[in-house]
Amino acid sequence: MSALFILIGVSILVAATFLGAFLWSVKSGQYDDDYTPSVRMLFDDGTAKKTSETNQNSIKSKK
Amino acid sequence: MHCSSCIFLLENLHRINPGITKSQTDFQRKEVFIIFDPQKITLRKVVELLAFIGYEPNISLKDTVAKKKAGFNRQRIYKIGVAGFCFANIMMLSFPEYFSSGNMEQNGLKETFTWLNFGLSLPVLFFSASGFFVSAWKGLRQHFLNIDTPIALAIVVTYARSYYEIISGHGAGYLDSGTGIVFFMLIGRWFQDKTYDSFSFDRDYLSYFPLGVSVLKDGIEKNIPVTQLQKGSRIIIRNEEMIPADAVLLSGRANVDYSFVSGENTPVQKQMGELIYAGGKQVGSVIELEVAGEVSQSYITQLWNNDIFHHTKNSEKSFIHPWSRYFTLALFTIATATLVFWWINDPAKILPAVASVLIVACPCSLLLSATFTYGNMLRIFGKNKLYLKNAGVMEAMAKIDTVVFDKTGTITQNHASSVKYEGTPLTAKELMAIKTIARQSSHPLSKIIAASIPVDISKSLPVEQFKEYTGKGLEARVNNVDIKMGSAAFMHHYNHGFVTYDTGSHVNVMMNNVHMGLFKVSNQYRDGVPKLVKELKNKNLALCLLSGDNNSEKDNLKKIFGQEVRLQFNQSPQQKLDFIESLQQDNRKVLMLGDGLNDAGALMQSNVGIAVSDNTAQFSPACDAILDGENVQLLDKFIAYAKSGKTIVTASFVLSILYNIIGLSFAVQGKLFPMVAAILMPASSISIVLLVTVLSSLSARSKGL
Repeated sequence: MSALFILIGVSILVAATFLGAFLWSVKSGQYDDDYTPSVRMLFDDGTAKKTSETNQNSIKSKK
Repeated sequence: MHCSSCIFLLENLHRINPGITKSQTDFQRKEVFIIFDPQKITLRKVVELLAFIGYEPNISLKDTVAKKKAGFNRQRIYKIGVAGFCFANIMMLSFPEYFSSGNMEQNGLKETFTWLNFGLSLPVLFFSASGFFVSAWKGLRQHFLNIDTPIALAIVVTYARSYYEIISGHGAGYLDSGTGIVFFMLIGRWFQDKTYDSFSFDRDYLSYFPLGVSVLKDGIEKNIPVTQLQKGSRIIIRNEEMIPADAVLLSGRANVDYSFVSGENTPVQKQMGELIYAGGKQVGSVIELEVAGEVSQSYITQLWNNDIFHHTKNSEKSFIHPWSRYFTLALFTIATATLVFWWINDPAKILPAVASVLIVACPCSLLLSATFTYGNMLRIFGKNKLYLKNAGVMEAMAKIDTVVFDKTGTITQNHASSVKYEGTPLTAKELMAIKTIARQSSHPLSKIIAASIPVDISKSLPVEQFKEYTGKGLEARVNNVDIKMGSAAFMHHYNHGFVTYDTGSHVNVMMNNVHMGLFKVSNQYRDGVPKLVKELKNKNLALCLLSGDNNSEKDNLKKIFGQEVRLQFNQSPQQKLDFIESLQQDNRKVLMLGDGLNDAGALMQSNVGIAVSDNTAQFSPACDAILDGENVQLLDKFIAYAKSGKTIVTASFVLSILYNIIGLSFAVQGKLFPMVAAILMPASSISIVLLVTVLSSLSARSKGL
């Protein structure tokens, strides 16, 4: 029967991991805006950050 | 921001200007967050860029406190998450208990489950449920049994009983129901309070006024914040700038457009030395003014000094609160009766019986019904472009018996005026000439006339000697014809034989000093208004109309509203407020529809103040709800729907009381098994949530919303 105890422990641990993931996702602001990201992912180029980096690179290369 | 293309444009600002590093939009809040390099681009340039691509930012100091709210919302989601996690796990660990009727074969297993439940319930009690305790405690301190009191009580009793059982080793307690209550209640609250982030319902005059103003001091021009403006300061106002305080005209030609304050869109001319009220916009050349009083003392802002702006509105308690008080009292009576009964018959059963009464009679289904009905109704109103501030507004709306309209911008369309020409018929060429000239002027009447002439002017005529006499009219030569347009007085100046009266919304036309005729500009009423008036009358609602305008439209309005309706013209903002107050003193519940700043006081004073706006993302005075202009004609349906909401809530109350009676009848006998409680509790909650959601959606459909 000790297997049952271990399994219960594991199941709660797994559940707690999901809770942790949920709390992390809230903290990182993923629940602040539930509409815009769904549109943003449809834009052709990657994230704004990446393109701005390439822009800066292109400026440098011009110099 | 309107659609996904806007998001695309705003998120790609860095392509338009390399000085911008990153821009991130939040569509629902209508906000864009921009990171830029100050060495490459100034803040001013960023704002100009945004305005250039069509997204003029709304500059406000007030919104800097908005960050706090995001933190509050997250806290709420954390609580739901934690409660959900604990509830689900406790449910799972409680299943063996239900099915083995408390006799578990393996020793140790039962204790493990129970103590795990105990551990899992702690975060729910101390973190997730904290809001209910705080609210109940606040209510008690003000000697008021609010709706959170019975919830807090039920939670405390459930947990106390359960912990007692667990610690003393008697049983497993009712932690499954205990955490379930908290979880469902939190979801219900979240559902109801999902408000409209992008709207601001509590604007005062500061958000309408410019942030800075040019002040002349010792011959040097300086920019200072409007709030630091003092009596005696000399200010400079340029074309299209707003006058921030009551001031006396020192020099320049003042031509003040008060459309923003009164809704009247014909600029008013002011003479040197005349007092100009704050809130108007200068149209034309630069003027110099001497401030006659601080901004907060000016005529228009005095409204905000009125007491009503310092009271929170709808403090009138929701009709749920008396219910909850009766409920709490009834509950205590039953609990006491149970106690007395068992004390006489079988003292051993006192504790279990009384505790189950308190646990099972939790008003949570009672509360869920209200929160979910109102939550769903708020969404349906939102779909029809009526955005309510909160659920309390809906209850106030259900009680309305008087509807007061503002005229300009509310029942008239702001940008569509009907233009009629009377006089000698004009040829196509002459019309073309008139349109060409009118287009040159920025006067609102000229613009309306230009827009109303359906002539193609792609082959534009050459205009010579164009002259605009601010506040009077215009003069120009087209095809060697001298054309003058303007007020009657302006006409009289050139042709003394011409005598007529001036009404403000007439534009005369003169060609080669011969009077041809006049353009009559009258208000265009919104399409559904006559029908709306009829419907509202059918519902036995009293109607009134308040207008800051002159009474030139009186006859038209009489036709729409009928003879018996009170129409009041030339109303100042304060008079509007007083009028609403006098209605309320006759015990009337007033709904006010208005748009301009001049309605702000009346909107605030009325039981339900609805701001009508053709562009909901912008500008609206403090109000309880914002209504999109195109849906004004749905007002009668909105009121009817708000009324049906109360019926739905009452019906579901009855149902939840039935559940409670069933549960209680078991509980008072001391026969309520954890199994029954565990099934009854979620079943009643979920069935009520489903019922009210379906009912409120059906009701909306039947009303045509």
